[in-house]
Amino acid sequence: MVATGTPQARVGASRPGIRAAKPRGRRVGSGRVGYLFVAGYTILLLLFGVAPVAYALWLSVTNSSGQLVGLGNFTRVFADYRFGPVFAHIGLYLVLWLISLMVLVVTLALMLHGRLKRTSAVVRFLCYLPGAFAGASSVLIWLILLDPVASPIGPVLRAVGWSSAAQVVAPENLPVIFMIIAFWTGAGSWIVIMYGALNGIPHEVIEAARIDGAGALQIALRIQLPMLRKWIAYMLILAFAGGAQLFVEPQLVGTASFGQVPDDWSPNQLSYQYAFVAADFNGAAAIAVVLLVLSLGCAAAAVFKAGLFERGHS
Amino acid sequence: MTNPSSIASRVPAGRNRASATSVAARVAWVMVVGVFLCFFALPIAWMLLAPTRSDAGIVHGAPFTFGSLDDLAASWRHLYDFQSHAIVTWVGNSALYSFSALAITLVTAVPAGYALATTRFRGRVALLTATLMVMLMPNATLVLPLYLEMNALGLDGSRLSVILPLSFFPFGVYLTYIYYSTTVSGDLLDAARMDGASEWTVFRRIALPLARPVVALVAFFSFVESWNNFFLPFVMLPDSEQYPAQVGLNTLLTASPMFNSSSGISEILRPELALAALLTSIPVLIVFLFSQRALVSGMTAGATKE
Repeated sequence: MVATGTPQARVGASRPGIRAAKPRGRRVGSGRVGYLFVAGYTILLLLFGVAPVAYALWLSVTNSSGQLVGLGNFTRVFADYRFGPVFAHIGLYLVLWLISLMVLVVTLALMLHGRLKRTSAVVRFLCYLPGAFAGASSVLIWLILLDPVASPIGPVLRAVGWSSAAQVVAPENLPVIFMIIAFWTGAGSWIVIMYGALNGIPHEVIEAARIDGAGALQIALRIQLPMLRKWIAYMLILAFAGGAQLFVEPQLVGTASFGQVPDDWSPNQLSYQYAFVAADFNGAAAIAVVLLVLSLGCAAAAVFKAGLFERGHS
Repeated sequence: MTNPSSIASRVPAGRNRASATSVAARVAWVMVVGVFLCFFALPIAWMLLAPTRSDAGIVHGAPFTFGSLDDLAASWRHLYDFQSHAIVTWVGNSALYSFSALAITLVTAVPAGYALATTRFRGRVALLTATLMVMLMPNATLVLPLYLEMNALGLDGSRLSVILPLSFFPFGVYLTYIYYSTTVSGDLLDAARMDGASEWTVFRRIALPLARPVVALVAFFSFVESWNNFFLPFVMLPDSEQYPAQVGLNTLLTASPMFNSSSGISEILRPELALAALLTSIPVLIVFLFSQRALVSGMTAGATKE
């Protein structure tokens, strides 16, 4: 079922929740065997999921000699002159990224839905393909493409006042540049997913509205958009969580910015600086814990609030 | 790409009154979609063409033209010569890390997803909830904590410090769990158990052969995530010999005089950088070409409608 059938069929199809999916049948596998089957995965979960979190928590409340210092590390990193700016940077980037994602992805999915099937499929595929270059490749390509000297859109860049590579990667432009890169690599898969979700809306509902005289715009605003709400929430939560962890983009742009962009532009970079430059593992752990809380909060919101993972009622 | 007159002819006869506005709307549609198409597709086209041109050709020539095979050969030679064919080492490392992690992921995730879906044991709901939470956390979240842990264990700097964390893939467990919960009939498993088959035999003979589609799906996602991971190997591995391709690209960028006037003489210019970005992405590109459908089913697995 998962890898067969059409995506449309899957989106919106009823799924078992964690509790709802009670094993069926009269006899189910006994507990002991269950433990054996999950043993390997559970060990990995404990070693590389739980242990690093626990150890980071421990480091964040102790000092380098292993003595408990309460929230000392936190107050210390909060007072760091770099702490405010890294979160301001990432905050600005997140605002741009989430707005572009919400407005453009939903608009494109609505525009592509229900039109010229073949064309729409090709367009969706081309939107999604750049995702293969996520990470360092996409940064490399966009660094060259945004350099007015070599860019195929050089005149456009000069028109907005960017006449040299150094001007483009100036610190104040970075949120926009990272938004462009993130959109290029990440928007396509969400367009594909939103399109699938739109297919989950019963055809009769749309048809009834059309007979009542609703135009495409009204159908989009009154019917399709409200029905996409959960998916939009899910997309925004995951994009927020992922965006807050930005590392590779500022790291690469930092090395290619003629020294303009510091090595501590994003929170993860700052944590990295604490660990590798200052060899201050306790400070690094404190920042990692702040980011961890942020991520966990998002994950919990996606699981318990967005309503996409139906947990059922016991 | 789309012919407005052929579109207009598809408008139902009863709507002829509105055909003028309809054509205008279609033209607007083509223009907006066209702009986005350019945004998504032209960088890829540029990346495919850039290695066939010289750096001077890219700067002075018309954009989006094919250079020559000689220039392509020169780009490849420059890239290959960089740190005595480091590019080959990096891609080899990426393959080693991704496939090792994939193997461990499959061996652990498939039985786990199967047991979570078909058996009942204490801690099952807790394990599922933990899986769901970790799966939704961005993988960068755990990188520095993992480094601190590996450092305490003295494992940082070893290849295992990259492979083992990559092989922990809760999303794979979740996908397998959903697959077995929805596809494999409990009655079928029960019948086998009634016939006296042991739990292991039931899994080996019935569940595992049925798992092929979900194994492909888990493999897709695990491979792409491992291959494109930058942060974890960047933090764990100190030695260029151990770098995977993603971290290698960072080395290339640092060495290129394009963006660092301070770096020494290097042949790594725009065509070489584009070629490197392209070559190191080919495995993921191949996976992407075949997996759009898998992506949707994966991302939407477990989602329910009100």
